[in-house]
Amino acid sequence: MATHAAAERLPIPGIPIYNLKLGMWVFLLSEVMFFTGLIGSYIILRFAHPDQFADPGVVLNVPLTAFNTFVLICSSVTMVKAFAAIQQGDQRGLKRWLLATIFLGTFFVGVQAVEYTVLAGEGFVPTAEAYHALGRGNPHDGPAIGGPLYGATFYIMTGFHGAHVTIGVLCLWFTLWRATKGRYTARSYGGVEIMGLYWHFVDLVWIILFTIAYLI
Amino acid sequence: METAEHKEPPYILVWGVLLLLTVAEVFFAFMEFPKAWLAFGLIVMAIWKALLVALYYMHLRFEPRRLWLLAAAPLPLAVILVLVVIQEF
Repeated sequence: MATHAAAERLPIPGIPIYNLKLGMWVFLLSEVMFFTGLIGSYIILRFAHPDQFADPGVVLNVPLTAFNTFVLICSSVTMVKAFAAIQQGDQRGLKRWLLATIFLGTFFVGVQAVEYTVLAGEGFVPTAEAYHALGRGNPHDGPAIGGPLYGATFYIMTGFHGAHVTIGVLCLWFTLWRATKGRYTARSYGGVEIMGLYWHFVDLVWIILFTIAYLI
Repeated sequence: METAEHKEPPYILVWGVLLLLTVAEVFFAFMEFPKAWLAFGLIVMAIWKALLVALYYMHLRFEPRRLWLLAAAPLPLAVILVLVVIQEF
């Protein structure tokens, strides 16, 4: 009896959360360093070569991307509502909110694809040879704004983020498929929770990226 | 499996604050302030938004403190990585 009581007072080793969730957190922390490498390179190169970059709104379409940021923030709300729904055992709510998140995530990637197409048409490309950004709505020829470092770092940062969103949308489809099979309940919702952690992390990274790449 | 029971966090309120901060950021970015002040203000707002997402949407606020430590672990490493490399330029 005494031994049992003593055992109860012992600290719980590690972090008292289930393994799947801990694994996702550790993965996300490695992702922090991955994106630090990308965003950090952009910051360092911008400090080192300010002439290669441009002020906000000169080359990039800030209003469009601000709207896209709003879309991604909305998708975080729908994702967290899906999680809240399954916590209450609401299967219909789970599927509905997951579908809304998939729609918003796909919309975000679609807008990003349109943005890339327009930027490339204006000469803002990631390759040094073809780089000749003239700025937004400037159809006339003239000296290029910024330099190839701007295009390369911009497309690497936002492209990797877009790839993360795309992978997230695919994982959301998988989560929705499992939800239609009734795999999640009010007592077993780990898959939805870790999906949400990934999705919110992608949103969090975009919040930082949007500020660094588009506004500063 | 389940995390500690708690009242549903104010998801919609947080969404509203995130939206307001995004609009404020865009307006602030085009104001006539010194570049350093603009950058500082924008980074503060971005960190504020990121914290709201981490605390409420990722539920970090309701998680054990040991997970907070784990989540914060790469942040000093990230700062060191950028600051050390920037010395080279």
